[in-house]
This record gives sequence, structure tokens and C-alpha cells, in this order.
Amino acid sequence: MSTVVDARELTSIRAGRVLFEALSFKLEAGAVLYVAGPNGAGKSTLLRILAGLLRPLEGDVQLFGQALRHDPEHWQRQTLFIGHKPAVKPALTAIENIQLQAQLDGIQLDDPWALLEQVGLLGLEDIPAQQLSAGQQRRIALARLWYSSAKLWILDEPFTALDQVGIELLQQRFAAHQANQGSLILTSHQALTWRPKTLQVLELGEVAYE
Amino acid sequence: MNNASTWQLLKTVMLRDAKVALRKRSDILNPLVFLLIVVSLFPLAVGPGPDILGRIAAGVIWVAALLSALLGSERLFRDDYLDGSLEQLLLVPAPLSALALAKVAVHWLFAGLPLVILSPVLALLLKLPFEGWGTLALSLLLGTPILSALTAIGAALTVSLGRGGALVSLLILPLFIPLLIFATAAVEAALLGMPVSGQLAWLAALMVLTVTLSPLAIAASIRVSVN
Repeated sequence: MSTVVDARELTSIRAGRVLFEALSFKLEAGAVLYVAGPNGAGKSTLLRILAGLLRPLEGDVQLFGQALRHDPEHWQRQTLFIGHKPAVKPALTAIENIQLQAQLDGIQLDDPWALLEQVGLLGLEDIPAQQLSAGQQRRIALARLWYSSAKLWILDEPFTALDQVGIELLQQRFAAHQANQGSLILTSHQALTWRPKTLQVLELGEVAYE
Repeated sequence: MNNASTWQLLKTVMLRDAKVALRKRSDILNPLVFLLIVVSLFPLAVGPGPDILGRIAAGVIWVAALLSALLGSERLFRDDYLDGSLEQLLLVPAPLSALALAKVAVHWLFAGLPLVILSPVLALLLKLPFEGWGTLALSLLLGTPILSALTAIGAALTVSLGRGGALVSLLILPLFIPLLIFATAAVEAALLGMPVSGQLAWLAALMVLTVTLSPLAIAASIRVSVN
């Protein structure tokens, strides 16, 4: 088992508020990290730090034993980050979005139609994404997971706007990724119905209720 | 794993931007229509006498071009910021400054190049003497990449502030002044039958300078804005 993510003493302050202080954790290959916490607890901030979009105030993160600043491209090639915003171009159709995103991910899609079918968008490929529902747009964004060979997936609220079938489908994909020794970091306000082999839970922020 | 070469990634970013631009034609047309309206109002306001119009033509066209460039600047990064493509751009395994340059190039293709193509129409509207037409087109060809590159810096800096329009103008307009001076001076010299190579060489030098250095500033601004 190799360590995929090694976060040491992370501290982040946003808008004058300490989100987390001296936060350390490790994630092994094939493990799932579930980041929990109430709204505003710093879940997205933590994920953005791990994806290399934000710098922590203190501490550092190593990915496969390398710090981000030493070789950002190495980091970028190994991780796949999908944030709150789906990064789907509203003016382009589903299939254009998927093909262009695949090219940015360095993948030549042999059969984009099969991919569309897998994510349940077959028949909608010619409609501009702005005319699709929020859940369908999210499916376009998540289609990346079906071809991605990145070792680490970082997903911020991946289940947002998805229907029950979509959530099931996504969790099946997570299971396949984990079986493939892939690691996964996600936040969600929804309980996972799938039981990963290795699940780590990271609780952020004070619990507002109870 | 992402093994695409930097060049392939740049091509993809350009292709995507071009496709989006062609789908949203009003974004391309609005600044051009604005420019045409401003230019066509001058003969009405100043009077149709060719002696006055011809003398101010280059200045009017260039001022209108600057303003229309500012008008279209928001389009550069606003949509990408809102739909999340901008943060994904930071995660593409290629230098961000190169990706920024690719975006600016596509923006120029749809905002700057049409100005060069339109320049005979603009010259005709303002009765610019024929000797100045070639120089006007050349000054636009050399100057519009500067416009695109500089407005991109302003657009990237202000993309995360809801309405950055006025701020972009304040930030960027002072940087346009050398461009304005050399471009209009070139056309004026052409009208007097003097050589224009000096002014055009200055414009070319300014263009090389901005096109090479602005991507670094744009990349830094994007990083700040996405945080």
C-alpha cells in the first residue's frame, strides 16, 4: 500500500475565520476519504487545497510523495477534481462538452456514444447544455469519471442534483475505481449507500446542532 | 493519466473557445455594432465636410476601437469563471500562461480581426483620404492584439468581482495611451505623405512586448481570481 495523499498540519483561514488548524491525515491507495461537516465548515476549501487550486496558510500536502510546488504538472496529471461548478459549457451540446473535456484530460474517446449511454444521456447529445436540467448537466460533468485513469479523484458534492438512479450509478463507478486501486476524496451531505472497503471519515467544524 | 502534449491542450482550449464564440454570436457582434454606431454618428454630429472628418477619422476610429474592446472584455473570462471552466483550466497540465495566450488569441480572432477587416468601411464612413487606408488597416492589425492582451489582464483581475466593467476601464485605459498615440500618428503621417515605418515599428514592438509578457500577468490574475 502506498500513500497517495499526505497532508501535514494544514491550516486555513477564510474571511477571518479559522476553518481548520493543524489538520493532518494520510490517504492510502484504494481508500476513500469522506469529508463531513456542516455548511461553511471548510470542506470545499480543503478539497481545493488538495486539488492544488488553493494554498493552505500553513502546512503542506504531498501527493505520491511529491509536493505540489515541485512539479505541478505531475500533480495535475494524477488527479481529477470536479468542484461545485460543473465546468460544462452551456452553449455547447452534451457530446461536444464531453469530447472537448476528454481532450483536455488527454484521452481520445473512441466511442463517445457508449459513454453517453453509460451516463444516461443518450438521445440528448444534440441539445445545448443550457437547455438540459441541472442533473443532466451534472451527468455531463461526471462523464469524465468513466474514462478517467487518474489515480486520485477529488469530488465536491458529486451527488448534487442527481436522481436516485444517478447516485446509484455514480457509487458503482466509485466502487470500480476503488477496486482498481484508485483513491477518492469526496464531500457530500448524503450518506453513502455503498460500503467502501477502506473508508476514512474526516469531520470538519463544530457540529452546529446536537 | 493525462499524457496530452501542451500543444494538443492549447489546441483544445482554442477549439472550445471558438465553438462557444460561434454559438454566442451576439457577444461577437455587440462590440462591432457599437463601434459602427459610434463611427457613423460622427459625420452627423461634426458635419459631413470631408476636410474635418478626414482629419479626425483615424482618432475617432481608434477611440471607438478602444471602447469597443473594453465593452467586449468581460466575455473573455466571465463565462468560464461562472461555469467553473476557469478553475479546471488551472488543473490542465500545461503552463497557465500558455493557456491564457491561447484564449487571448481566440478572443482576438473574433474581436480584433473583424476590426481590421471592417477598417475600409470605417475609413469610408469618415471620408478618410485613400492614402491613409492601408496604414489604418496595418495599425489595426498591429494594435488590436495589444488591445486583446491588455483587456485580458483587466478582465482576469476583475472576473471574480460581480461587476468589474468600470474598474477594467480605469485599470487598462492608461495602458492604451501609447498605442493610441502611435496608431493615430501613423495614419496622420500617411496622410501627409511621410514615411510611416517608424510609428508602425513602434506599434509592432509594443505588440511583441504585450503579447509575450501579458500571458504571465493574465495567469497570475487568474490564480488570484479563482482563489
